[in-house]
Amino acid sequence: MHRLKESLPALAVIVVLLAAWWAMVTATHSLIFPTPWAVVTGTWELIENGTLWQHISASLMRVGIGFGLAVCVALPLGLWMGWMHGAYRTLNPLFQMLRPISPIAWIPIAILWFGVGDASPIYLIFISSVFPMVVQTTVGVHTIEKRYLRAAENFGVSRRTLFTRVVIPAVLPQIVVGMRIGLGVAWLVVVAAEMIALHSGLGYMIMDSRNAGNRYDLVIAGMIIIGLIGLSLDGLMRLLEGMRWVRWRYAH
Amino acid sequence: MRTKIEVREITKGFASDKGRLEVIENVSLSVREGEFVAIVGPSGCGKTTLLNLLAGFIRPDAGTVMIDGAPRSKPDSRGILISQQGSVFPWLTVRENLMFGLNGHAPAGNATIADHYADIVGLKGFEDSYPHELSGGMLKRAELARALVVKPEILYMDEPFSALDALMSLRMRNELLRILAKERHTVLLVTHDVEEAIHLSDRILVLSSRPTRIRASFDVPFSHPRRLSSATAQELRIAILRELGVDEVATDPFGSQTESK
Repeated sequence: MHRLKESLPALAVIVVLLAAWWAMVTATHSLIFPTPWAVVTGTWELIENGTLWQHISASLMRVGIGFGLAVCVALPLGLWMGWMHGAYRTLNPLFQMLRPISPIAWIPIAILWFGVGDASPIYLIFISSVFPMVVQTTVGVHTIEKRYLRAAENFGVSRRTLFTRVVIPAVLPQIVVGMRIGLGVAWLVVVAAEMIALHSGLGYMIMDSRNAGNRYDLVIAGMIIIGLIGLSLDGLMRLLEGMRWVRWRYAH
Repeated sequence: MRTKIEVREITKGFASDKGRLEVIENVSLSVREGEFVAIVGPSGCGKTTLLNLLAGFIRPDAGTVMIDGAPRSKPDSRGILISQQGSVFPWLTVRENLMFGLNGHAPAGNATIADHYADIVGLKGFEDSYPHELSGGMLKRAELARALVVKPEILYMDEPFSALDALMSLRMRNELLRILAKERHTVLLVTHDVEEAIHLSDRILVLSSRPTRIRASFDVPFSHPRRLSSATAQELRIAILRELGVDEVATDPFGSQTESK
């Protein structure tokens, strides 16, 4: 009941926007721009003929693989760079230079290297999500409070214990933040990548709907679905923040 | 009793914006095994630096720190430092924190040892709690227990109770005395609280302001439990405060009353 009250203003804004949209389309007698209802029927059409699930699962599969690979590379690399000063000095300038390059700028090279199959968008997702996660993990190691490292030093524990009991748990909250950013970027990028060269995925669906007969109802349906899935992915990552291994960071 | 810690003419300085800053100058001291030595001094005088030198966290520019007759150059679990801010790992439970220092034993046995020390410091029932679920006083107990678990020969305590309120601080002092009565450790306590030093220690070293030298040394000949309001304890307090440059009669109405008795 309380939550319902909390989200009431947000719902009101959405309702007002939908009404305004509907009114404007009706008033201008637009032949191309759809009404909200047309979007609903369009979505239903996609659900019925089964293409919607194909596109959603294609996009999610690419994000899953690209993001998964990025996690596997970024976490060890970030920990290593955070811990070894030499590694940080050597690699950090390179990463800082590669990081601001938009993943979209990589598309030509991705097509050149990987062709127009699934490998291209997976590579683009990897490239876009790996850097924020490396940076967050490295920063996480650098910001471990000295008093904890000193305590570990004082007890003379093995390197293994130092890593498993101090360094990794201390950095875990930052890693989760990095993963949240990384997954957000990955989802942005998959749609963009699919618009260029592919024959499946939500990005492809949007471009295809426009090209094959100006089906703007399906374009908007695709956009809304992308938004909703992005929201759920972020919600999933927020669940990670509630895990007991990172909860200490937020409890004060 | 034999000598546990022998410090010979150590000097330590740090580079700063205004050139070199000498913090410790020619300090020599020795501590017997099982002795409780308190170090008091004006704030910013280098008490913490001195303690870090003794515990091996920093190296002196000149001079040596000998523990059991052998030079100490890096920290190890024979001497545990308990700092003012505390360093109980917030991501581990109380039990996991207490087991932290026990490398290389059987985990089951470790849990038993950890729980035993949790009991000793009065944390029974909180073994599975996380530090953020504990109060400030309980955190100090956990910190103390984690140090005791590895059976350190020396406890280095850097204003351990100064972040607690007065009542809790007093309670922790009594707890510490109770524990030390059971398990005798050599203790070096850095504090700015003269009363705390008199309450706890066998001997009090008074430091000068920077660069730090040992200005005076006072034996505390009272047996435990101590009554800090006794005339002799008050006289000792006044003498120490005078060494610290505080004119007791002019500044402390309670102190001047006891003196006039």
